[in-house]
This record gives sequence, structure tokens and C-alpha cells, in this order.
Amino acid sequence: MLLIHCPYCEEDRSELEFRWAGEAHIARPENISAITDEEFAEYFFLRNNEKGLTYERWRHIHGCGRFFNAARDTVSDRFLMTYKAGLARQPVPTAEEAAAIIEDKTVETWEAVEGDAR
Amino acid sequence: MRKYSVFAIAREAMRAHKGWDAQWISPEPRSSYDVIIIGAGGHGLGAAYYLAKEHGITNIAVIEKGWLGGGNTGRNTTIIRSNYLYEESMDIYEHSLKLWEGLSQDLNYNVMYSPRGVMMLSHNTHDMQSFKRHINANRLYGIDNEWLTPEQARAFCPPLDIAKTARYPINGAALQRRGGTARHDAVAWGYARAASDRGVHIIQNCEVTGIRRGPNGEVQGVETSKGFIGARKIGVSAAGHSSVVMEMAGVRVPLHSNPLQALVSEPLKPIFPCVVMSNTVHAYISQSDKGELVIGAGTDQYNSYSQTGGLQIITHTLDAICELFPIFRRVKMMRQWGGITDNTPDRSPIQGVTPVPGLFVNCGWGTGGFKATPGSANLFAHLIAKGEPHRLAAGLNLDRFRTGRLIDEAAAAAVAH
Repeated sequence: MLLIHCPYCEEDRSELEFRWAGEAHIARPENISAITDEEFAEYFFLRNNEKGLTYERWRHIHGCGRFFNAARDTVSDRFLMTYKAGLARQPVPTAEEAAAIIEDKTVETWEAVEGDAR
Repeated sequence: MRKYSVFAIAREAMRAHKGWDAQWISPEPRSSYDVIIIGAGGHGLGAAYYLAKEHGITNIAVIEKGWLGGGNTGRNTTIIRSNYLYEESMDIYEHSLKLWEGLSQDLNYNVMYSPRGVMMLSHNTHDMQSFKRHINANRLYGIDNEWLTPEQARAFCPPLDIAKTARYPINGAALQRRGGTARHDAVAWGYARAASDRGVHIIQNCEVTGIRRGPNGEVQGVETSKGFIGARKIGVSAAGHSSVVMEMAGVRVPLHSNPLQALVSEPLKPIFPCVVMSNTVHAYISQSDKGELVIGAGTDQYNSYSQTGGLQIITHTLDAICELFPIFRRVKMMRQWGGITDNTPDRSPIQGVTPVPGLFVNCGWGTGGFKATPGSANLFAHLIAKGEPHRLAAGLNLDRFRTGRLIDEAAAAAVAH
């Protein structure tokens, strides 16, 4: 199961709270009645399906309910970053930055949160 | 090729089994072939076999990145059926089922096709209406499919819990008696042996890294980890990696690659006589000839090439299995694995010509490609040999995403395959 960082809640939460929502940064054509069938098929059906770095949307459906974007490696399934919807495609962190991000992630365990509270 | 028979076994038994030949040869690639098929799974090897057998083309290479049958051919749950809703689907899956029935004899290789019956459980009114619609469509088209009451379902599959108080109560089932299972490895090996015998080169551990194209855009061959290999016709049959390979020729195909998991239990004595599927609670199960319960789980929601998958997906399936078959609650699971399925937007396969001259594609079989192996291979061979699709596969063309003539099998059936 994946651990996903919601950029709105600013928390790492389990994949069960999220719904995958397809490739990111696809803009609906503004003149959709005027475009050709080829252009419509391109917009509607064709996706990159990258092996490696992919940009995709997720929705925190059982949390804040908001859509956001993520950069993920589809071979290791590792998230390189997540960022808020509406932002332009973000540059991927370098290997060192990515390692630092992964290092920095504090996982919210029961022991760390509920245990302390008790 | 020495024929396999009871006499061959008797002869070898007396010679301490020293006389068996290798089942296929592993040659170094020639500089060029008439046809190159990318991907040595069941579909690719089968296409090479039918090209040699039915179309007289034997100068063929089947190029495989890993080992033959090591992708989805060796990772599926081996279920065979043809009870689909639309004519385009029924055509190809029924063509396949008919080939399954004679495949062991055709290949002189026991693929252990076992028509033990595929029973699909109905849990609610929607299921009942949907299944009866399928049954009627199938029967009108000459494909066997019948409705069972819960009592008849339990008589067909005794471990099934049909109590009204069950967690997932059952109000009936659809049964295709000719459906069943086959031995997946034997399918790959049988096609490889029969194709190799007809002169086909099977080149394993050879990764395709590029597709070379000529001045008019036509294919000229493939760049591989063993150098350039020429061919005027290339068939792509690369399952989960089809979009990666097609990208090398500059063709985008509408595919999502998702991990799909399966798992097997410890071996049990024969206890489970058929295949049972429940689309509503998502579980499917059968028992292999080794005695393992073979259980299929679902796909992960995101694109991935990781050949693993989330544990929650398996847990969800096992929850359902334990409720439907309380007898299995204490069975231990032995192995789990994942394969990469290539899913199309309408959940129907793509087989046809591409915008690139000489390049043919067979992909998008998603979560249900094993059952289609002989039929798909047979029609793919026709496509490559003739340059145009067979009547039975004409609707599966890549162009349907432009014309809008989709085969919306998933929405109609609400199933995984």
C-alpha cells in the first residue's frame, strides 16, 4: 500500500484514503465542438502511460476531498513529490533532494500520536 | 521434432529418459527475418506458430526481453470462458474457446485444458438482470450459458455457502459449462515447441530498444540488445509494455498499465470442482491440478510497472473468498505475485493495423488475455500475413477510439475479467 502526502492536509496518509485520478496537466480543449476526431481521441483517450517518471492526479477522497498532483516513479511506485492543483508542472527533485524528502518524511504512527496523547 | 505419445514415454522409460530432445532451439538471431514478433508470451508464440502453420511464413523471430512465458502468460489465473456480451467479444473469445478444445492435439502438447465449468455468482437484482442479459445474448449467438438457482449452484460447487444469512447472499449464478482452465506454462511451451519445429527462431533475453523506420515511415527492423535485426513486418504483442514498445515507433495507444495480483494456497486434496467468479464482491477461485487454490485479486488503481501490488487488494479478495467458502478460512496462502496488465478505455482488446506501415499491434487484453491466447494468436497471424484483419477481429481496431465505435464490455458487465 502506498503512503501519500496530501499537500492540503500536509500529512502522509494511507492509499486507502485516496483515489487515483489519471494523468495530470491535461487541459480540456476550449473549442471542443470545433476540434477534429483525431484531436478529440488524443485529448480523451490517449495517455502517456510512462514507464518511469509520471505526473498524475490524486484525490484525497476520504480526507479533505481535494484533487492534487503528484510526480511518481511507476517502476518503484515511489512518490517524488505532491503539489497543489492549479500549479504548473513542477520540476522533479534531484536524486539528492528526493532522498532528503524521503528521509524527512515522518510517518504518523499510533505510537507517535495516540500513544503520546495518552 | 519427436512426437510425444504413450509409446515415446514407454521407450524413454526403458532408456532412463536420456533420449528426450530440447523442446525448442535457442539460436542467435539472423540479420533479418520476414516477420518479427515482439513478446514471447502465449499470444506472440502462438502468432508465430499460426503464421508458420496456416500462412506458410516460417522465417520469423519471436523476440523476448526476459524468458518465454515469463510475463503475464505465467502469471494469470488460467480461466477460460467466452460468455461476453457484445458480438465483437463473443466472436473472438468463442473462436479462442473452440481452438482450446483441440489445442493439445494440434500442438502434440498437453495444455491440460479442462472444461470444468465457470460459474459466475449473482448477489443482487442488478447481477441477476445483467447475467440473464448475458445468458440470452450468448445463447442467441450459439454460445452455451445457463442460469442456475442457488441450490443448483451449490450442487455444482458443494463448498459454496448459499445460506440466506451469509455475508454475501447468492440469488443465482450463470454457468458456462465449456469454460474452465488450462495449464498456462504448457501453453507457452507447447506453442514454442511447435513453432520452433517449423523453423521459428525464439530469441530470449533480447530486449527491443528501438524500432527503425525507413524514409516513407515503414518499419525496417528493430534495435535490440543483440544488435539490429531487420524485418518488413513487425507484430507487437508485449502485454503491459505494449505502450512502451509502440512509443518506439512513435505510435500512441490508449493503454493504462496496472498491476494485477494473484495468489495460491498450500496444496489440498481435490475439493473444488469448477471455477467460481464473483464480480460483485470481487473474488475468483479454482483449484489447480497440483491441488493449490488459485485465487485472483484485483488491479491497483494507479499506473505501475512494478509487478507487485498493494496488500489491501489481496486482503479484500480473501475476505470475500472466506465468506463465500467458509471451508477455506483456515487454508494457508503460499505465494503471491503480480503481473502488468494493459487496459484500454473500453476494456476491450486492440488488434489491428497501425498508422506505421508494416507495424501491427495486439494489445489491451487487460485482465483477461489468457483465455484469448489461441484465438488472438490465430487472428493476429492472419492480420500479419494478409495485412488486414480477419472478419472476427475487425471490430478490435485501433481506429475505434477515433470513430467512437467502442466495445464497451466493462460498463455492460461491470466485471473484471
